[in-house]
Amino acid sequence: MNNRRYAYYSGCSLESTAREYNESLKEVFRLLNIEIKEPEDWSCCGSSPAHTVDPLLACALGARNLALVEKMGLDVVIAPCPSCFTVLKRAHLKMKKDPEVRKKVNEVIDEPYNLKVSPKSALQILYEDVPPEKISEMVVYEIPELKVAPYYGCIVTRPPEVAEFDDAENPISMDRILESAGIEVCDFPFKTECCGAAFGIAKKEIVNRLSYKVIQMAKDSGANCIAVCCPLCQQNLDLRQGQINRLMGTNFQIPVLYFSQLLGLVFGISPKRLGIDKLVVDASWITRSMRKAEKKVGNKEKEPEAEEE
Amino acid sequence: MRVGVFICHCGNNIAGTVDVQKVAEEMRKIPGVAYSTTYVYTCSEPGQNEIIEAIKKYKLDRVVVAACSPRMHELTFRKAVEKASLNRYFLEMANIREHISWVGDDKELNTQKAIDVVRMAVAKVMNNKPLFSSSFKLTKRVLVIGGGVAGMQAALDCADGGLDVVLVEKSPSIGGMMARLDKTFPTIDCSICILGPKMVDVAQNERIKLYAYSEIEDVKGYIGNYEVTIRKKATYVDWNKCTGCGLCMEKCPSKNAYDYFNFGIAPTRAINIPFPQAIPKKAKIDPNYCRYFLKGKCGVCAKICPTKAIDYDMKDELVKEDVGAIIVATGYSLMGVENFPEYGGGKYKDVITGIQYERILNASGPTGGHIKRPSDGKEPETVVFISCCGSRDKSVGIPYCSNFCCMYIAKQAILTKDHLPKSQSYVFYMDIRAPGKGYDEFTRRAQEEYGVRYIRGRVSKIYPRGEKLIVRGADTLLGIQVEVEADLVVLANAVISNPDAAKLAEKLRISYDTFGFYVESHPKLRPVETNTSGVFLAGACQGPKDIPASVSQGSAAASKVLALFSKDVLESDPQVSYVNPNVCVGCMKCVKTCPFGAIKEEELRDGRKVAKVIETVCAGCGICTSTCPCGAIQLQHFTDNQILAEVYAFASGK
Repeated sequence: MNNRRYAYYSGCSLESTAREYNESLKEVFRLLNIEIKEPEDWSCCGSSPAHTVDPLLACALGARNLALVEKMGLDVVIAPCPSCFTVLKRAHLKMKKDPEVRKKVNEVIDEPYNLKVSPKSALQILYEDVPPEKISEMVVYEIPELKVAPYYGCIVTRPPEVAEFDDAENPISMDRILESAGIEVCDFPFKTECCGAAFGIAKKEIVNRLSYKVIQMAKDSGANCIAVCCPLCQQNLDLRQGQINRLMGTNFQIPVLYFSQLLGLVFGISPKRLGIDKLVVDASWITRSMRKAEKKVGNKEKEPEAEEE
Repeated sequence: MRVGVFICHCGNNIAGTVDVQKVAEEMRKIPGVAYSTTYVYTCSEPGQNEIIEAIKKYKLDRVVVAACSPRMHELTFRKAVEKASLNRYFLEMANIREHISWVGDDKELNTQKAIDVVRMAVAKVMNNKPLFSSSFKLTKRVLVIGGGVAGMQAALDCADGGLDVVLVEKSPSIGGMMARLDKTFPTIDCSICILGPKMVDVAQNERIKLYAYSEIEDVKGYIGNYEVTIRKKATYVDWNKCTGCGLCMEKCPSKNAYDYFNFGIAPTRAINIPFPQAIPKKAKIDPNYCRYFLKGKCGVCAKICPTKAIDYDMKDELVKEDVGAIIVATGYSLMGVENFPEYGGGKYKDVITGIQYERILNASGPTGGHIKRPSDGKEPETVVFISCCGSRDKSVGIPYCSNFCCMYIAKQAILTKDHLPKSQSYVFYMDIRAPGKGYDEFTRRAQEEYGVRYIRGRVSKIYPRGEKLIVRGADTLLGIQVEVEADLVVLANAVISNPDAAKLAEKLRISYDTFGFYVESHPKLRPVETNTSGVFLAGACQGPKDIPASVSQGSAAASKVLALFSKDVLESDPQVSYVNPNVCVGCMKCVKTCPFGAIKEEELRDGRKVAKVIETVCAGCGICTSTCPCGAIQLQHFTDNQILAEVYAFASGK
């Protein structure tokens, strides 16, 4: 899978609040020889507001960007933000299923979209297109103290008929990717729980309560770090952790990193370039406890079969 | 030639979207059609009488009925024309209901299509020839596939009626799912106590020949004369010598074999007898776990066996049996617990399935009938049951109801309270489906007398907290989210068809639905027959079914076989291939292509070799007719001339 080329739709979050996701992902892709190219003149995907106002608008905003990718001659677009991903994928599926919608949408966008692009999340690319050995090969550091709760959030695998990736209720892709990088992952039951999403603006108590549950469960599961793949999840869990502590009387100090930041760290990319210092909850202990990897990860010997008796 | 055409209104079914009067008028214009009329229900008694009287009054010699599918009423109308002394093959049906009125709503187009279709039938009937069936003998033995309660009932009823029965069971013992149950609803009587004696009856009945641990390899032949090949799978134990003493099982050092009988709730030995009441009570080696097979050494069982019954070199054996009818009673399977990741199925040991809980409740189960949860052997205080796991869930591809879960959940909840009076059970349900006799009273008892708390709503997630499992769901009656701290969670997992159901159906040439359940001939009126005459259905292989329904079907299928065998000869279907020896060049291509082996070579008196169809074996598929290079083989009632006449009538519009 060397040098496969993908279109890369960063979306607005990755240009602003989630710049560290953008930077770290690009670094990881670079090291794994995944060539990415941004479509020129991409526009907002519409996110949640568009489809609450007008389904045609929501579909058209997605389709416009897909048409740009099509024009680049690429057949896969990576949308690292789950919200972008789901919007693009929904637009694609809706137009594929219903010729009426296809006609209407193509009338309102500059150039028609001909259904030739499949939108995928960054997780899906790293899980399906990169062999785990290749990730293992890149590892130069290990972080023995680190125990990660992989938190997928609500939409990267759901609804299953849109995501068409991993198990909807018990996803394992991020677990496996981190494991191939030698990072210890705990059994985390709240992988797909809701963090409260955009309610942070309208009703922050909801976010605080829901995000509290996620962090508490991570702690109960023995994790000292949460890995995420969604800018909104990251923000709710990281930025609001102090708020949660005040509201719930807790004392959480659990860093919330993008899974790409964790990969970047063990791949030996400088923490600064990965934006580790941008995190609200201090994650410096993670960088401090990094050690040169002694043995190759992933090449683990198969555990001998347990003797019966 | 004087053809009579009868167009049926089928109430509004046809007349609603087809102008039947116009169709009748158009038919009158065809030369040779002497009479054309419509009737509101042609299949009714007055409707049939009208045909009979018209035949006499107008001296008709051919009849076309334009109505429903011939599958529905062809036989009805054939009998009617026979009453009027016409050969039954002088009747032709035009399907203007399923093919026209039910599928299109444009009356004008429908009417035009109906005119075409009926005109084709008229053209064909004018070319029809009288056909006569011949009779053939039948083997009055019956094969029953599956030794669960439905198959056993069918076998016993057939044997009682004086038939010899061949009973083939896939697993090492008969008894099926019912043998695994603890108590049965709604009477709470012990399952094996009522099933055990039946199993013994099967074993002791001289008319029943039991092949346990055997499968159907191949089925040849036709109604009355089947040749069935049965694969006796290698058990690596000579069952003629094995006494079922169980010594080998006790001493076997391989203790982690998967226990199929207990649905893996606890391990068994690599050599085992599935359960104490097993019939036959014989041991069998599972080579996937046996040390001798895996590592080439061990041989403990061979050393210990007092009758020297162990035979590691045993091979599968094929045997042939001749039978005249087949009853299929192969039962069902259950969706595995690993299909429910949101409930931690396969991850949390204390999330188990209904049938596994049944084994825990059962005195002969791995816990000796004491309720202990799998993870730590503790007695649970709170047990949560979740109904419809997989069932009625389009997202997992199972839109149907699994039929008996609501009832067994109520039963298991009652039994839990009986075993552990301090315990509290909860049931998350969608609806309580308890329509059987005494069923609703039973589920009410669970709630009112045993204090089982029923919560209407689905469970979204199960996660651990310490030693407990948190079951989070919705209470849709109160409109709130609920969380129950459970010690044990029982999933009512969906009933699915057997994984090899489709393969067996293809061997038997019977149909199966999208879900792998076998399809009956008519959902209401022919519930145990299949569309392949001579093959009958019983039990859950046709769809999820509880014990009373399975037993009823077992008896029903047996009565069908007894009725069939009450005749000494059967009449063959004359709609088979026929070779014209004057045209046949003896190339014998047809012999090779016939899938039924129904064509043989025959030498004529002048020494010429020609093909000849064995009428009783031919299934009328028509493959030979398209193979024959000189058109010597014609499928009777579907000859080239008849089909071409239809094509011409359609294409010419005349």
